[in-house]
Amino acid sequence: MQDVTNFKPLIVAFCCNWCSYAGADLAGSNRLAYPADVKIIRVPCSCRVNPMFILRAFQRGADGVIICGCHPGDCHYTSGNYYARRRMSLLFSMLDYLGIERDRTRVEWVSAAEGAKFAATMNDFVEKVTALGPNKRLEDLRCKK
Amino acid sequence: MQRIGVFVCHCGTNIAGTVDVVAVAEALKNEPGVVHSAEYQYMCSQAGQDLIKAAIKEHNLSGIVVCSCSPRMHEATFRKTAAAAGLNPYMVEIANIREQCSWIHKDMASGTEKAIILGKAAIAKVNLNTPLTPGESPVTKRALVIGGGIAGIQTALDIADAGFPVDIVETKPTIGGKMAQLDKTFPTLDCAACILTPKMVDVAQNEKIRIFSYSEVVDVRGFVGNFDVTIKKRARYVKEDICTGCGLCTEKCPQKKVPNEFNLGMDNRRAIYIPFAQAVPKVATIDADYCTMLKTGKCGVCAKVCTAGAIDYEAKDEFIEEKYGAVVVATGFNPISMDKFDEFAYNQSKDVITSLEFERLTNAAGPTAGKLLRPSDGEHPHTIVFVQCVGSRCEACAEKGKEYCSKICCMYTAKHAMLTRDKYPDTDVYVFYIDVRTPGKAFDEFYRRAVEEYGVHYIKGMVGKVSPEGNKLKVQASDLIAGKQLHIDADLVVLAAAIEPDKSARGLATMLTASMDTNDFFTEAHPKLRPVESPTAGVFLSGTCQGPKDIPETVSQAGAAASKVIGLLCKDKLTGNPCVAQSDEMMCNGCSSCERVCPYGAITYSDKEFRMPDRTTKIRRVASVNPAVCQGCGACTVACPSGAMDLNGFKNNQIMAEVDAICKM
Amino acid sequence: MQEVMRDKLVAKAKELLTGGVVTRVLGWKRGEFCYDLTPGIFKSADELDKEFDFGDFAAPNLSKYLIDETRKEDGKVAVFMKPCDTYSFNQLLTEHRIDREKVYVIGVPCEGMIDNKKLSAAADGIKNVAVDYENVVVETLWDGNVTVPRESVLAERCLNCKSKKHVALDELVGYEDEITECNRFDEVARLEAMTPEERFEFWQGELSRCIRCNACRDVCPACTCEKCVFDNPSSGVESKAPSDSFEEKMFHIIRAFHVTGRCTDCGECSRVCPQNIPLHLLNRKFIKDINELWGEYQAGAEVGSRAPLVNYTFDDMEPSEAVERGDKNA
Repeated sequence: MQDVTNFKPLIVAFCCNWCSYAGADLAGSNRLAYPADVKIIRVPCSCRVNPMFILRAFQRGADGVIICGCHPGDCHYTSGNYYARRRMSLLFSMLDYLGIERDRTRVEWVSAAEGAKFAATMNDFVEKVTALGPNKRLEDLRCKK
Repeated sequence: MQRIGVFVCHCGTNIAGTVDVVAVAEALKNEPGVVHSAEYQYMCSQAGQDLIKAAIKEHNLSGIVVCSCSPRMHEATFRKTAAAAGLNPYMVEIANIREQCSWIHKDMASGTEKAIILGKAAIAKVNLNTPLTPGESPVTKRALVIGGGIAGIQTALDIADAGFPVDIVETKPTIGGKMAQLDKTFPTLDCAACILTPKMVDVAQNEKIRIFSYSEVVDVRGFVGNFDVTIKKRARYVKEDICTGCGLCTEKCPQKKVPNEFNLGMDNRRAIYIPFAQAVPKVATIDADYCTMLKTGKCGVCAKVCTAGAIDYEAKDEFIEEKYGAVVVATGFNPISMDKFDEFAYNQSKDVITSLEFERLTNAAGPTAGKLLRPSDGEHPHTIVFVQCVGSRCEACAEKGKEYCSKICCMYTAKHAMLTRDKYPDTDVYVFYIDVRTPGKAFDEFYRRAVEEYGVHYIKGMVGKVSPEGNKLKVQASDLIAGKQLHIDADLVVLAAAIEPDKSARGLATMLTASMDTNDFFTEAHPKLRPVESPTAGVFLSGTCQGPKDIPETVSQAGAAASKVIGLLCKDKLTGNPCVAQSDEMMCNGCSSCERVCPYGAITYSDKEFRMPDRTTKIRRVASVNPAVCQGCGACTVACPSGAMDLNGFKNNQIMAEVDAICKM
Repeated sequence: MQEVMRDKLVAKAKELLTGGVVTRVLGWKRGEFCYDLTPGIFKSADELDKEFDFGDFAAPNLSKYLIDETRKEDGKVAVFMKPCDTYSFNQLLTEHRIDREKVYVIGVPCEGMIDNKKLSAAADGIKNVAVDYENVVVETLWDGNVTVPRESVLAERCLNCKSKKHVALDELVGYEDEITECNRFDEVARLEAMTPEERFEFWQGELSRCIRCNACRDVCPACTCEKCVFDNPSSGVESKAPSDSFEEKMFHIIRAFHVTGRCTDCGECSRVCPQNIPLHLLNRKFIKDINELWGEYQAGAEVGSRAPLVNYTFDDMEPSEAVERGDKNA
């Protein structure tokens, strides 16, 4: 078992190239710190995030998964985040239905100008996931050391 | 197996300050596929790039990972570097260890650990990269401009000036648009006709420009550089090439009771008509809804008087198919309907008019030959009340009106008020406003002249009610600054109606797969940086179809749209972005989910024959993506349940490999 | 107890075959036992006489079989459909999986089908079954006649029947009724009201019984991919059998997600599950969410309708609100 008292969660963040990834870059440029537990995967749009990616991350030991995209109405591709919003509403509701802690998943809209929001969001998310402890319910046991 | 080179950048101390770059390069050396790993002070510098090029050649690398700053910063740089060394530029992946690592983490240990993980993820991805080649498509060197108002006219003239053929499609019998209906223009008070009609003549005389008047676009297929457009030329029952525009028919036609839309129904025209004297093309049009001959077969006066023999009662709608490289939308605006604004008694009294109607009333070619007379009794009005923001800047929840500011009303009302006082100093002119908005060159000076030199009474406050009583209009209003209620007996009330996009825009947007905002204004590809382009490649925006604007703004936007079109049309071939969706036909089941989410209409279906293991053939409906249209968002890849649709550069297995690399701690 | 008898359907099938309207008939075939009717193709009067059957065990939804059958050869296929089956048929038309011109739909009224798993549990060694509105009388091999109330052995989907109306039809044999009021979401709501821990326990208990036989996928009329992602090595999620406590969840979540907005709630997945996993509760959760979040949507109610996941409005609910919305109601 992992040491819960000194628990460092593993967070996978899917960020859309045009807004949120740029927002993360801005957070970096402004030296706004957030925990190193967050690892970002760049996708062209939040609508590229397949539920399989999210489940895969959990299966391989992620403790939380967050999807960041452009604010509704600002999608670089005009409608991608609207589709993402619907898909994630259903998927996260289903995970909740299966008894998975709902604080392990999140969707957040972060614009390219919102470096501070990006950092604050990640800080908050890491804090919430840390409070939940290791992801036991959705972990693939084979992948543990 | 790939042969991957890893290049870790120090970025001076930007990265090396919090990340042990040597340790990162060392740790990544043993990752699958990696055959070379190096670190350097500044990878983006000429020396750094040379180092990468040399390594590609020396180690015969098939892919590279650069651990450096954000790919948004230098991905393009390193792709060029790779290409210069003979490597496909899409075999480059960037691990962002500056913005998303060294700059936000203070601690060397955790920074280094994270940088290694990010590097591993990029390596895992590049292991699955495949060389990508951008597709090429030819460009049809002809532009289509939809709408023949000042925006369309200016765009067409500018494109034609660069030597490219342009077609203008206009639904009305003449080009000219709303500007042709205006009297004077603010803030210089030039006469609209004097500056517009020469341009209309230029259009008519330009050999590169064809005008399809009384026509509409009914179908658009294809994509940037290659649009196939069907234009419906409505039957005007007059042969355009024969009619000389003499106008005799329009004087002899016995059907005199047709509301004249050019004068907003304030007078009548005949069933055969030329909208106004300077119309282009100057040919007559028969209004089939009113023509006795077309309705009953009995009349034929126009055919008898036409010495040119241009009348053709048997004419049918024609459909013209043409190819275009670019499409410019210039569908313009209309004032909103006043039907929902009962408080202003627009439908109860003829003397409550909109500002556009006021333009016609003061225009020398208008129903009153330019004399300002009340529509009800033809008397000269002595007290005129102008009401601003009728239907503009409404509450979001309001059932009527628009949330946005129509932008032009403050200035044209100042113009109306000033001109009225100038011509008729005996009139009292009141303007009720919420704010007076005058951002624009010489705009505020203009407004102040109206107030200070011409003595127009500007009152901050809204008109609550207009009640017709006898031959007066009782105007009940509030003066917010004086804090009192006002009652004015007006002779004429002029409403500054909000403007809205032309109704035809919605259908057009669907045909063009161009997006619109909630108000049906076309959306720009980027509100700041690409204001005249629609998100759909090859579709450009000109004038008020994109948002309210005045004439100078419209003309400058029209020119900007033209320059974008010219930039497109002067290319012989278009090079696409290779990171586009691709359909695996063996797996596609033809369900259409992808087609429905595609914002660009890039996906089409066709029936294809497949050989089956038992040597029979099976016909299946499968999707294919037009790489010239696809922008690479990936919405289709998730909509596709079978995973037949995948996105080059961000393939399912690539993203999954990144996930695995990150989670495999 | 079915109002319309087998003979009537056979007569109709023969009429269509001999009249040349269709070249083959898709119906239900007698199996080894009286309760295991399976889908079958009938090309002659003789085959119909010998093998065709219909009754309280004609549970299989035949719509999915049309995909292959209509492509095999020219000519029309006649197919018998219960009301709920027609929704799946419409959905397949929407997804261009079936050419409507090649199908002749004969609507059959349905009084509800008996769940053989429930019946087997109630009576061991089933030899023969007689059904009326109230009771099912089972002639058993060793216990004589066993009588059970019909309602106690009706399939779950029939107890919560959502429609007695055919939404696709060329001809109707017998009568037709209306879309019915039902409480099919009650069980989902009951689970939603539990604590996360209780829900996890519940699903752990259910899903861990999964043996990954893929019966749910193979029978599902919405699962019509040429190749399933779980069989495709390049998808990254290929798997044959669950090897840990997560894989079956992954499989069932993804499967349910892939059919979201396309699932008509026909209940075939739960019917065929050899492990008695209430898989329909996953699909129904999605349907319930769709109805609550974006308005009522019944897949297959009309051909060509836009499924909720390939649609959006500007003011859809945020995912966080969507997940928490149950709490506010509570």
